[in-house]
Amino acid sequence: MGEFTVHRVRFFHYMPSAVRALAFQPQRQKIAVARTDGSLEILNRADHLFQEKVIPGREQRGTEALAWAGQRLFSAGLNGELVEYDMQELREKYRLDASGGPVWTLTCNPQGTRLAVGCEDGTVKLFEVCDDGIQFERNLAKQKGRILSLSWHPSGSRLVAGMAGVIWVFDAGTGQSVHRLLVERGTGAPRSKECVVWSVVCLSDGTIVSGDSSGNVKVWDGDTGTLIRNHQVTKWDVLALSVSQDETSLVAGTSEGTVVQFQHLSVVLGREDKEWVQTRTFKNHTHDVRAVLELDTAVVSGGMDTQLVVRPLLDKIDVKTSASALRKIHFPHRRLVSCSRTARLLLFQHRIHLELWRLGESEGTGDSLPIKRKPEKLLHLKTKGEEHICCSALSPCGGWVVVSTVTNLRLYRLQCDETISITKVSKLPKVVSSANQICFSSDSSYLFTASTCSSVHVLALSQSGCTFVCTLKPKSCKRTYNWPEFLVSASRTVGHCVLDLVIVCVQAYCTVPVYSSGVTAMSINPATNNLFMVHADQQIFEFSLEQKQYTDWSRLVHRKGLHPQWLERDTPVTNVTFSPRNPAHVILHDMYMFCIIDQTLPLPERNSQLVNQLTLRSLPEKERRAHSHAFKICKTFKELLFVELLEDQSLVVIERPLLDITAQLPPPVRQKKFAT
Amino acid sequence: MAALYEGYTLCGLVPTQNPPESGIQGIELDRDDDRVLVTDSTRSVTVYKVSDQKPLGSWTVKQGQFISCPAVYNSQTKEYVAVTNDNVIRVWKTEDVNIDQAFKATVSAEIYRVHSVPDYEPVVLFRRGGVRYLDSLLTAPQQPIEEVLLEDEVIRWSTMVRTEQQLLVLFSSEQRGKHFLYVQRFSPNTLVKHQLEAGPHLSAPLSYAATFREEHIHLLYWFPNGSVYESVLPARHPAPAAAEEVQALPRSLLLQLPIGEGELRSASALPLDEAHVAVVGVSHPSAGTGKDYLCLWNTHFQTLQASRELAGKIYGQVWCYYGKLFVTHGKTLSVIPFECQKSSLAAALGKLKQTRTNESKGPALVPSWNTLPHGDKPGKSRGVTTRRTKLSSKHQITTIEQLTCTIQQGPVEEVEQKVEMFLIGAEQAEQQLAVGRLVCELVARCRAEPSFYPRVSLLQLADTRYLCHSVCPGLLTLALEKKDFRLCQVCLQLFPDIPEAITCACLKVILGIPDAELECVALEPDSLHLMKALTQGPVPSNDDGGEHNGFCPAPLEEDGGGSTAPDAKVTPAPLDTSDRGTKPCKDLPAIYMDCPVGLHKGALLNEVLQTAYSDSLLLPYLKDLTVTQVILFLQYLQFLYLKYSQDVLPQIQALRMPAVTQIMEWVCLLLDAHFTVLVLAPEAKHLLSGLHKFVKSQVKLFSELGKIEGSLQVLKNSKQSHQTGQYSIEVVELF
Repeated sequence: MGEFTVHRVRFFHYMPSAVRALAFQPQRQKIAVARTDGSLEILNRADHLFQEKVIPGREQRGTEALAWAGQRLFSAGLNGELVEYDMQELREKYRLDASGGPVWTLTCNPQGTRLAVGCEDGTVKLFEVCDDGIQFERNLAKQKGRILSLSWHPSGSRLVAGMAGVIWVFDAGTGQSVHRLLVERGTGAPRSKECVVWSVVCLSDGTIVSGDSSGNVKVWDGDTGTLIRNHQVTKWDVLALSVSQDETSLVAGTSEGTVVQFQHLSVVLGREDKEWVQTRTFKNHTHDVRAVLELDTAVVSGGMDTQLVVRPLLDKIDVKTSASALRKIHFPHRRLVSCSRTARLLLFQHRIHLELWRLGESEGTGDSLPIKRKPEKLLHLKTKGEEHICCSALSPCGGWVVVSTVTNLRLYRLQCDETISITKVSKLPKVVSSANQICFSSDSSYLFTASTCSSVHVLALSQSGCTFVCTLKPKSCKRTYNWPEFLVSASRTVGHCVLDLVIVCVQAYCTVPVYSSGVTAMSINPATNNLFMVHADQQIFEFSLEQKQYTDWSRLVHRKGLHPQWLERDTPVTNVTFSPRNPAHVILHDMYMFCIIDQTLPLPERNSQLVNQLTLRSLPEKERRAHSHAFKICKTFKELLFVELLEDQSLVVIERPLLDITAQLPPPVRQKKFAT
Repeated sequence: MAALYEGYTLCGLVPTQNPPESGIQGIELDRDDDRVLVTDSTRSVTVYKVSDQKPLGSWTVKQGQFISCPAVYNSQTKEYVAVTNDNVIRVWKTEDVNIDQAFKATVSAEIYRVHSVPDYEPVVLFRRGGVRYLDSLLTAPQQPIEEVLLEDEVIRWSTMVRTEQQLLVLFSSEQRGKHFLYVQRFSPNTLVKHQLEAGPHLSAPLSYAATFREEHIHLLYWFPNGSVYESVLPARHPAPAAAEEVQALPRSLLLQLPIGEGELRSASALPLDEAHVAVVGVSHPSAGTGKDYLCLWNTHFQTLQASRELAGKIYGQVWCYYGKLFVTHGKTLSVIPFECQKSSLAAALGKLKQTRTNESKGPALVPSWNTLPHGDKPGKSRGVTTRRTKLSSKHQITTIEQLTCTIQQGPVEEVEQKVEMFLIGAEQAEQQLAVGRLVCELVARCRAEPSFYPRVSLLQLADTRYLCHSVCPGLLTLALEKKDFRLCQVCLQLFPDIPEAITCACLKVILGIPDAELECVALEPDSLHLMKALTQGPVPSNDDGGEHNGFCPAPLEEDGGGSTAPDAKVTPAPLDTSDRGTKPCKDLPAIYMDCPVGLHKGALLNEVLQTAYSDSLLLPYLKDLTVTQVILFLQYLQFLYLKYSQDVLPQIQALRMPAVTQIMEWVCLLLDAHFTVLVLAPEAKHLLSGLHKFVKSQVKLFSELGKIEGSLQVLKNSKQSHQTGQYSIEVVELF
């Protein structure tokens, strides 16, 4: 394969934001993740926790709570507004002021018909979920102080609200309070500091479980209003609670970064009377755990340290599978970087601005080359308005930059010879108002934007400006494909094999057979016109657009099966590119490795070593040939955001060390550790 | 190391008409490892359950018939097979009551033996060398059998060996004083004939044995002069061309057993594993002739590992199945379980030898290994040798025979003089052979004549470093009896193979003897120097801080305060209560204690600590120590341990000193052996609580060290990851 010069880039200071709330939709196995910057992510639990959809957030608007009402997703935040999201168009559907001051909590009754909102002014407001929106129904009895947590009784008849120092039980029918449970300050806590009930859960037998700022998980009898049991789980706060569907297991997230599991067990074997017993403690976070989900077979937790941790509870299963392994999701499952191969430019997408960098140069030989010219930051392009950037792209020639928010798409003409000049292309066609995915054709003469209603708009680019060519629209919109995946595929598919398509007719050229798992990365090889796709379950397909069928190599891969170690990887492939010199070389990467697939070499045997670069290095030249296989995996670089092969066969590797992310986080709660 | 366990009698022997035979033809394995099939020399076959020592069944042939070869068990058909009257094969099952009513087949030629190994078809070997599988023979009993052997050639011995893939039948034959070995392989059937080398003094081999290991067949045979030879045959099929001619079989001397006068008549050797051989019918090297022993020898190191005297006449028959030896002697068939541990140089030398000593004098500690059997001359590079050779020309060299005569009769002075002259004069190789014999003679004389004790000679002989315990088993015990502690010390230092019983006996004597008596003994200066250095450790002073090796006595007192509050008056160093009762020792930290024994006793105890031992074997003997001895020894060990934990250790320059692990192991062993006694003995209480406190503080220290290790590890790891900056250009090669 040979030597590669690698530009190891660490100046992309990508910073994910903290996880604030989690909500699970059991029917479709979707997990909604709300982050403090207001963005929303939908993970598909059935599809290897692939991050299917991302709805970008907005400045000055954080989300505090999330709730699914059937298939619909609502959120509320401290700006006092309730938001419903449009899951098809990936944007907010509408927003509604709850008129009770900042909203701290939001919950939907198990029937999915009513939303309860806990406000700053001490009211619990009930909203009815209608077909076309939500309708204010009533206020429950107003209390003094803010409502911080809410939980519905599974029957929907009662509502439990946690406040500072007290828990109220309301009758949802009359709106009157039934019980008032006083929560004591923890021992040793100052008198002025009240015990805040951060989270409550109401169980079907009437039991109420609360987690508070003095580090206790308290179990109450909801009928009599008495404290049954108190578990001191931490010195700091218990911030989140979640109970499993069958109500046998309960998890609590704490400020220490631990997740504590409780189980409803009979204390004496064979006896009927059961108690909540503290069973296990998981320590996977360094900072506050702000949200937890108990999903029967796994615990999902997220918090200030920005990562999402899926801790399976399948401890008794010996066989190591992807379902029984701990997973941590650090990076988004999409590209935040685009690269111009010929102009050696990098475009980094931040929350509200773009950065354009030019790569450095070097000369000499050796393992680590001396840098002749340092990398240069050419541009810092800030978007207007409060909306966060949805997607961005840099054209292969380096002459165009396009950036889109949910409502606004801008195209810039870029000239960077000696001096940098950037001009906004003013007259964009009106149809192209926003995009979920953007890409350029490989010769930079066309721009494709994927937008609402499954349509892809095609724009022709020229020196003078851009002209609208056509809109590609799939004939059958209702397909088993989920919408955004389809968009990904649509935009990129058409993106490369453009010309003949557009000229011949404005119709779908062909349809790639449907696969059950989502596409995480795909690209068309410009030399062979083969579409290369990688799915969330790590399967690889290659589809010949000329013959309208899978290529022989793809068939061989599926006949033989991929290597087990390849399938066991837990981060999706986020980028596919091709070597400009050798069309048989495909470059893929995930978070922990990049891989060059040489399609001319034999596939790895099932029982052979997959990552064999070290072995090959130690072998003499003659024997290497016999031991090498198609997957050339390099794990030298870790925590990868992006890998691309430049025109001169040098690689660009963009790393974002997790340690650097951790270093930028606020300090965690103080804990005594040895030698600190 | 190997050991013989307590044996038991399986059955009595039937007296036979011709006395040199035992009355047992053979012992073969039955269906499981606890059953054997014993064929007596006349007419009956008996199955015994070995662990119960009782017969399970017996079959007898009719009067007039006789069983001509040992019966075997065919594990494939679960039947017994025997041959009567040389050519009638009998096959019967366990349920059959009468052997005469069972299946029988008469074959056309005389059978030598039937061999069977588990999971394979039995093989029949005919007198004239033909070999058949039993099942194929029984399908056509009257088939003609070829004659392999020449006319006057007779089979002497045969066996069947199971290799990885196949079976092999080996048999040896004799023809006019020449000895041949035949190797019969199956599928394809090939027969290879080898001729055994015959030396000038060698008569017919006494016994043969063959084992398969590491893809080769090891044939062991020994001659009446005591030499055991080994020949190695490839187990695979040889090249076909070589099959026709008679090949000479190369051999190597494995073991040279001391046999005393005369030649061996009935004796047998059996390989137990790759390093151990069981030998029956040879006298113990130290015991007189006329007594018969079962000995386990280590062939790697030429050392005697275990022995057992057998009562009555020895017939030279020994079998070995599943870790048990079956030996006929006198009027009984005895079963003696044994154990052979993996032999290694470390085991032979003793795992507790310090590396330092091994480096300096390691090779000399093994007296006869690798030099005797191959006859190689040891390197003459040592300076002493040249002096000796010069002297040898002046003196008239006394031969060993003359010297033995002197030893047997002469007075002490003459013996000492002669021995000294011999040692100066003799060649190194010659010495090596003779020293053991001389010591044995001297020890025998000392035993016979209590007034005779050539102290100087014994010391000189021991100092040659050619001795080990198995060469002269009586020397150390004799030295103990005569209270010759200088010799004791030398033996303890130099012998790599002192049995645990003797070590314990030494320990007992040393601990029991008063210090005053020992002070006058001249011990090795180096060991005394060590003891002086240990006892004259730095005197504690208050400004010292009193903190050594992380051990801080003050908080420790607080820790233990709760439990030891009632006896708060107890001084931390319990030994010197009587001596300096006036001064309360409260301020003297517990780590400073006086040496509980005198210098000389301490030096001897150090030697005991450094001997090699195996803890499971040592433990029963340790129980013989009395309570006072145990406490004294424990106090001494505690003293050593405390000293070692302080910083005096690096200042001591001694060649030999017990390692801290050795001390700890002895403490553990002592506590283990005398646990209940120590718990009950009131005088041990202070000692144990002191020891516990110190150990606790050490455990604390190490747990703190463990934590620091974790922190340092993190620091080390974090440093590595920060090496790369924001941007670098590197070269990666993919293959």
